[in-house]
Amino acid sequence: MTTAPAGASLDAPALRRRVAALVETHDPATTDQREFLAARFDAGLAWVHFPEGEGGLGAPRSLQAVVDQEFERLGFVPTGREGLVIGLGMAAPTILAFGTPEQRARYLKPLYTGEEVWCQLFSEPGAGSDLAALGTRAVRDGDTWVVNGQKVWTSLAHRAHFAILVTRTDPDVPKHKGMTYFICDMSADGVEVRPLRQLTGEAEFNEVYLTDVRIPDSQRLGAEGEGWRVAQTTLMNERVAIGGHPEPREGGLIAVAAHIWRTRPELRTPGLHDALLRLWVEAEAARLTKERLRQQLAVGQPGPEGSAAKFAFSRLNQEISGLELELLGEEGMLYDDWTFRRPEGVSLAARSPGFHYLRSKGNSIEGGTSEILRNIIAERVLGLPGEIRVDKDVAWKDLPK
Amino acid sequence: MSEKRLDLLYTEVEQELRASVRSLLEDKSPPEAVLARVEGDQVTDTALWKELAGIGVAGLPVAEELGGAGAGLRESAVVAEELGRCVAPVPFLGSAVLATTALLEAGAEAEGDIAALASGEAVAALAVPLATPPGAAFPEAVRAEDGALSGTVTGVVDAVTADVLVVPAVGPDGPGLYVVEAAAARVSPVVSLDLTRPLAEVAFTASAARRVASGEAAGRALRRALTAGAALLSAEQLGVAEWALETTVAYAKTRHQFGRPIGSFQAVKHRLADLWVAVSQARAVVRGAASAAAAARQDPGDAEAAREAELNAALAQAFVSGVAVKAAEEAVQLHGGIGFTWEHPAHLYLKRAKSDAIALGTADRHRLALARLVDLPAAEVG
Repeated sequence: MTTAPAGASLDAPALRRRVAALVETHDPATTDQREFLAARFDAGLAWVHFPEGEGGLGAPRSLQAVVDQEFERLGFVPTGREGLVIGLGMAAPTILAFGTPEQRARYLKPLYTGEEVWCQLFSEPGAGSDLAALGTRAVRDGDTWVVNGQKVWTSLAHRAHFAILVTRTDPDVPKHKGMTYFICDMSADGVEVRPLRQLTGEAEFNEVYLTDVRIPDSQRLGAEGEGWRVAQTTLMNERVAIGGHPEPREGGLIAVAAHIWRTRPELRTPGLHDALLRLWVEAEAARLTKERLRQQLAVGQPGPEGSAAKFAFSRLNQEISGLELELLGEEGMLYDDWTFRRPEGVSLAARSPGFHYLRSKGNSIEGGTSEILRNIIAERVLGLPGEIRVDKDVAWKDLPK
Repeated sequence: MSEKRLDLLYTEVEQELRASVRSLLEDKSPPEAVLARVEGDQVTDTALWKELAGIGVAGLPVAEELGGAGAGLRESAVVAEELGRCVAPVPFLGSAVLATTALLEAGAEAEGDIAALASGEAVAALAVPLATPPGAAFPEAVRAEDGALSGTVTGVVDAVTADVLVVPAVGPDGPGLYVVEAAAARVSPVVSLDLTRPLAEVAFTASAARRVASGEAAGRALRRALTAGAALLSAEQLGVAEWALETTVAYAKTRHQFGRPIGSFQAVKHRLADLWVAVSQARAVVRGAASAAAAARQDPGDAEAAREAELNAALAQAFVSGVAVKAAEEAVQLHGGIGFTWEHPAHLYLKRAKSDAIALGTADRHRLALARLVDLPAAEVG
């Protein structure tokens, strides 16, 4: 690694020079993607705000956009990364914040290059929005932990090498205490992954059954009983994934509806016209809001609007996809494929309007329901009083389940 | 579809301008003072307008050589937000935005009239109904004959205190834009829904007039004035919505019922969260409209910039009108009984918001304008 002193001296031009130096020795056109990403990790250009030697340079987080844009300008945009969202977006920042030096050295690089896929064992049948109610038990047995329980809504579990896992280790204290966070090897004995078929007909997600799964204590992430705090770091990173790229006007699902309108004049009615225009306006407002947030992040002034972006997006997707079906009339009564299958990613473009409509119903549930997001906005942004808590001082084992 | 990247943030200079306007308004025109004022003889606060003009507010986007501050419409939009927050009864929209823009767009003939408006020495009004959308046909209510105007225009904003009227009129040789001394017309105040924004009927009877633009140039100047007006009106609407949201959130934290602050009930907090999301979106849309308007003003020959200004102004009116009305309606509802009283200022904001939703075109008209601009044509029902 040929590097000048990093840290405070880093600025945008210095990072651009580092990108240029990397591309000099590793021509993106001829280098294998995984190899190129490994070199990029070693050069500290994976996540510039991570420490040196762990994929970063200890630079301000806002400079990551400069690096991404520079690689893009030079024609290097990694592909096929959809299966890495949990690892990149959630496992990596959590391992960085709470992992031991050994854990960081072991997991961050293969996670970044895509060699190892991650999933997240959080939700349970009885603990969705109320995640802290979870009951998957981990009991210490010498230097290992024995885990029993059931997780649900686990995307990528059938492909994952590792999982971030939250368990109950002390049932005698209130629910937010007594939780512990682990890194779980998905190939360990007792880990069983079953597809969970959803209302679209396919199975993006899984149920994961954990039966006497043994996890070494060296795989614990954060202190015993501190699992909730660690999970908070993971969850905070789940909703800040606002990309560094500006979106074009009329991107996303509104483009599909607008295209139908323009190319199928026989389907037009005055009522649908007004409904389409209203949603076009909403979509443009949402786009500009995201663009404004992106501009704020670029100058290092993140605003609370990020917590609203996902919420607004899910409502809009549901309304546009609903209109899309009505717009198509008779054709809206058809569906493309009810075959039970395991998709590689969620690609709306390749599927029928009926799929758009049905899949978008998950948008206001996954990653925090709209109701929970409203509470978060009301309490953390507007400072309104919290919900009345009846379970705050009750031991987890005494809660009604 | 191509569009220039719009700067949607506030610059430091804009934030400083905001701070000075806000502190002046908080000092001189708090909502309680406006409430007292609307029942007096003169709603428009001319003394406050002079003070605002003193810090450059009246001539912000006017070039320095024409007597203005040499800033832009982005800065004007920040002022409009602050005026909306206070439902300030000053002739900003009618004089500093609509009339001044029409004169600036009219060209050299009108330059002599601008300095007095930019300094706040004189107030002007654009003699069209305030409900006129930017895309409306050139108005024919006033006829021009031998350098004199005749006809009646209803619903003219800020005409009551205007010294000068900027009048679109049609003569034997087509449309023209004229300047008339207010004393040469008959200005009759009407009772308006928005207590803080006086409207008037303006009648011309062979009133002496000076033509400052004619033909296509007159039509273009009027259209651009209304487009800029629509963009800046959305900023005012954002200010109205922000006041309503902030005031209601503060109330929901202190008002207790059933032994708890009402803001702890999900039925209330979810509505306020929804409103906050809408106001955040409105802010991005308003900044987009202001930036596009500023870019079009800077380069009047750029047809693409003019189109983007029209598109973003229509978008802003189509979106923000509804947000402001919703915010004001929620303020009345969530304040409960007190929200329905005359003594609480919420009704001033409700009246302003609903009136603004009609001013310079309803949301529906702006959606139809967008349909044309983004190629989503209307249905032809057979």
